[in-house]
Amino acid sequence: MFLSVLSIELSKIFSKGRSYIGFGAITILVPIVQAAMYSEGEAYFSLFTQGLQQQFSFTGTFLNGYLIAFIVLQSLLVHVPLLVALVAGDMLAGEATGGTYRLLLTRPVSRHIIVLAKYCAALLYTIGLIAWMSILSMGLSLLLFGPGELFIVSSSITVLQQDDILWRFFWAYGFGILSMATVASIAFMFSALVENSIGPIAMTMAIIIVFTIVSALDAGFIKDVKYMLFTNHLISWRLFFEETIPMDRIMLSTWVLGGHSIASLLIALFIIVKKDILS
Amino acid sequence: MDKAPIIEIKSLCKMFGQFRAVGNLDLTVHKGDIYGFLGPNGAGKSTTIRMLLSLISPTSGEISVFGKSLAKNRNEILRRIGAIVEKPDFYLYLTAEQNLRFLGKLSGLDIQTKLVHQALDQVGLLDRANSKVKTFSYGMKQRLGIAQALIHDPELIILDEPTNGLDPVGVKEIRELILRLKSDHNKTIFLSSHILPEVELIANRMVIINKGSAIIEGSVHDLLNSGMLTVSFSVDDTQRSQQLIHESQLVQSFLGITEHHLLMKLSKERIADCTSFLVEHDIAIDGISSTRSLEEYFLSITRS
Repeated sequence: MFLSVLSIELSKIFSKGRSYIGFGAITILVPIVQAAMYSEGEAYFSLFTQGLQQQFSFTGTFLNGYLIAFIVLQSLLVHVPLLVALVAGDMLAGEATGGTYRLLLTRPVSRHIIVLAKYCAALLYTIGLIAWMSILSMGLSLLLFGPGELFIVSSSITVLQQDDILWRFFWAYGFGILSMATVASIAFMFSALVENSIGPIAMTMAIIIVFTIVSALDAGFIKDVKYMLFTNHLISWRLFFEETIPMDRIMLSTWVLGGHSIASLLIALFIIVKKDILS
Repeated sequence: MDKAPIIEIKSLCKMFGQFRAVGNLDLTVHKGDIYGFLGPNGAGKSTTIRMLLSLISPTSGEISVFGKSLAKNRNEILRRIGAIVEKPDFYLYLTAEQNLRFLGKLSGLDIQTKLVHQALDQVGLLDRANSKVKTFSYGMKQRLGIAQALIHDPELIILDEPTNGLDPVGVKEIRELILRLKSDHNKTIFLSSHILPEVELIANRMVIINKGSAIIEGSVHDLLNSGMLTVSFSVDDTQRSQQLIHESQLVQSFLGITEHHLLMKLSKERIADCTSFLVEHDIAIDGISSTRSLEEYFLSITRS
């Protein structure tokens, strides 16, 4: 029965116009970044590395498909959560808004199965979205710019050799899925709480913004607890591009994000199982 | 012969905070009944139906369906029930056929196009099978609601105001469909309504509830024919008619006169006697109308 409900939920997702907003936005956003980098990339790169050029001598170009894919991945913190929340936040609240809880929950299927199937459908949508982003950002960028070494400036400068990059992207996209699955889980939990679809989207984005601001503070108790905030770990995919991958930090991020996802799912399950359907 | 109880509700109560939506409700629906569930708006009909379908949990009391506790056998029971609860809401972005296909699948059916088309045909929507539900009128959605309630061939059908929003032809068609479901397929139907004549036409048993409690329950025939009728005679001479009636002692309870009407409480059998008596005494009668005490009672609680 679970698979039947899951297939129904996936069909419902892909029958709704809003589900294509995410794919549409990525389809527009990524080529815009690529076009901008194609025409102005060298100038941007020079400007960006202006300080470094006084100490290092650069030969050849670092502007390649991998760098563009890396730049696009940064949007995981800002744009993609909104696109994910748009669908995940509607999974349960949409049934309340449309009055269709009455249709769904009077069928001989347990509420647990319905909630789990909806959650899995939201996760599959998230995976699809990240997969589409990876195809466009990596595939198309490699076609347009070709491969090369990956030059990354963060707390240190890392230059990754061409044959040492692809597997890192594979894991980074995998971690990106975990990050966005956490965002989807939180939107899903809010979706169980309210009876309109806008609320969960707004709440999820508000949480991301507030937690991101809190994460930037280093004062008092915040310093001790901020590692537990999921927003602190959404961009941990970057750790896969360090020379030596810090597995302990990746494990911590995995636990924090996984913990948030499971807790959100359990809360949503509890709410829906106990909920009196009055809509 | 005593028929098996299909629904048994005992001391059912639902509180929303301090508000008592349903209080101490008892009722029994037997196999093959068309059971009218009557009450004014806000009487607790929909709350009771939602509890029957496990959409909301009772505060106290017991619900048994098909002889089994609903709380312990939810899925098994829901597999054998088809229902419309209040408004006919559907996935508007899907077609009528897609909606039925999904809902049939959720009811455990190996859903086939033929079955979906059969259900749509039954409610006159076959030609709109591939139209998105967002293009449907309220009446069409109501018909689709009935189709989704029937698609898995349930033994018990719970219909919450099924004729809401339908035109007179639609109302008649649904009424005939309900009667056919009982006569041809021996379905048990639990029909909620706030319109007494609608229930009177099709139900064999009924309960009237108000403020969450059952006020009166029994066979529709007995309830509607028991007690006195309030009869109004439209006559040419009310003063003389009143005097004659008093002298005749035909009427147990005289209610009064208006300019052209005599109002009195009479049993159904006495109406003819009274009419003959007035005609024999040269009183011209323009019209006779009667209201049953149950109808009056129902109207009074509905109005209040």
